[in-house]
Amino acid sequence: MCLAVPMKVIELLPGEKARVEREGLEAVVDVSLVEQARVGDYLIIHAGYAIQALDLEEAEERLRLFAEMAEKENPGSEGRP
Amino acid sequence: MSLRPRQEERRLAEPLIGAIRRASGKLGREVRLMEVCGTHTVAIRRSGLRSLLPPNIRLISGPGCPVCVTPAGYIDNALALLERRGPTLASFGDLLKVPGASGGSLSGHLGGGRLRVLYSPAELLELARSSGGPVVFLGIGFETTVPAVAAAFLRAAEQGLDNLFLYPAFKTVPPALGALLRGPGRNLDGFLLPGHVSVILGLEPYRFLEAPGGVPGVITGFEPLDLLRGILALVRQLAEGTRRVENAYERAVRPEGNPKAREVMSRLLEPADALWRGLGLIPESGLELRPGFAGFDAARRFGLPPVWNSEPAGCGCAEVLQGLQEPERCPLFGRACAPESPVGPCMVSSEGACAAAYRYGGAEA
Repeated sequence: MCLAVPMKVIELLPGEKARVEREGLEAVVDVSLVEQARVGDYLIIHAGYAIQALDLEEAEERLRLFAEMAEKENPGSEGRP
Repeated sequence: MSLRPRQEERRLAEPLIGAIRRASGKLGREVRLMEVCGTHTVAIRRSGLRSLLPPNIRLISGPGCPVCVTPAGYIDNALALLERRGPTLASFGDLLKVPGASGGSLSGHLGGGRLRVLYSPAELLELARSSGGPVVFLGIGFETTVPAVAAAFLRAAEQGLDNLFLYPAFKTVPPALGALLRGPGRNLDGFLLPGHVSVILGLEPYRFLEAPGGVPGVITGFEPLDLLRGILALVRQLAEGTRRVENAYERAVRPEGNPKAREVMSRLLEPADALWRGLGLIPESGLELRPGFAGFDAARRFGLPPVWNSEPAGCGCAEVLQGLQEPERCPLFGRACAPESPVGPCMVSSEGACAAAYRYGGAEA
């Protein structure tokens, strides 16, 4: 029941609502539980309400650290452009 | 951050698995790590993670599914409301198939026009406006869900809607962790703390885990790499002999949680003792309406009796919810009890430990 998915804000709407999008799927959600949502933000959506903004920099940094660990463990294994 | 191609994910997972192996080698004993979030339960089973871990790391499912810990008596009270000529009931879909003590479930009333299934509590306002009579919302959920419900009811109060009622069976996670540590099992070594509950709570409400008698707790996300990272952090703490609350889901969880959501929640609701299926009565582990909002109280308005626990004969849900029994060890599992013909709530709910074990397998041999 605690499933929540990140969705990108594409438009702010009156009444503390926002239009959000993920993989071509659009929805209107309530943003009254988070601080100042902006267009382009990724919000974590649960039951039609945004419950937090996703920290994209942190997400990227974490993936970079994972990749670094993998590279150290198994050098040259990436084989990707 | 998500939906990485499988192969790439596996490549990134390898060092984490290697690090877990190395850290677990220093333990010299079996450790039991419990997840207390149904979304974790499903993610762990679906990813097949258990088979990748060293044999001395046991993952145990706890009371992570709000539907599964709702007492049967609550369902019976809801059914009694439907049998009267009276209110329309609104519920999240998760609750519909759970049998009450009488064996009946809400799903038998679908299509009768008196039971509405909601995706979002925001829909309650329109439902109350368009319905001539009273509307009762069956309030199920942990801290992830409660702020959304509270926001909808506070808006209803602003708009002066007087035909909307709340029948709360909300549960809060930290008191349940305390109860599990004091419970009959008492052999847990650490908690994978629920990611989205923690989005709301932050780290502070878990600090009691750091006191004597506590265990390490790591806030963990839901992707396979997140889960491995949470497990690694727990195993490292156990190897070092520390007992700290850590956040391994930083992209979503701020140390302070979401104060705005907590404020909305506590404007409407206050802590109250609550009855859990499997775990019994846990002090201050539920939420009830504050006196100023007693007008929303469905139990008062419709004279509902207190809820009670009642388990179907032979059903092992109570033991499964406490982590005392693997789903597969229940004598009913996969025979008398399966998702098409569930006996207990852990098989009914798609996030129940039994349903996840049935669908994905992957338990330790």
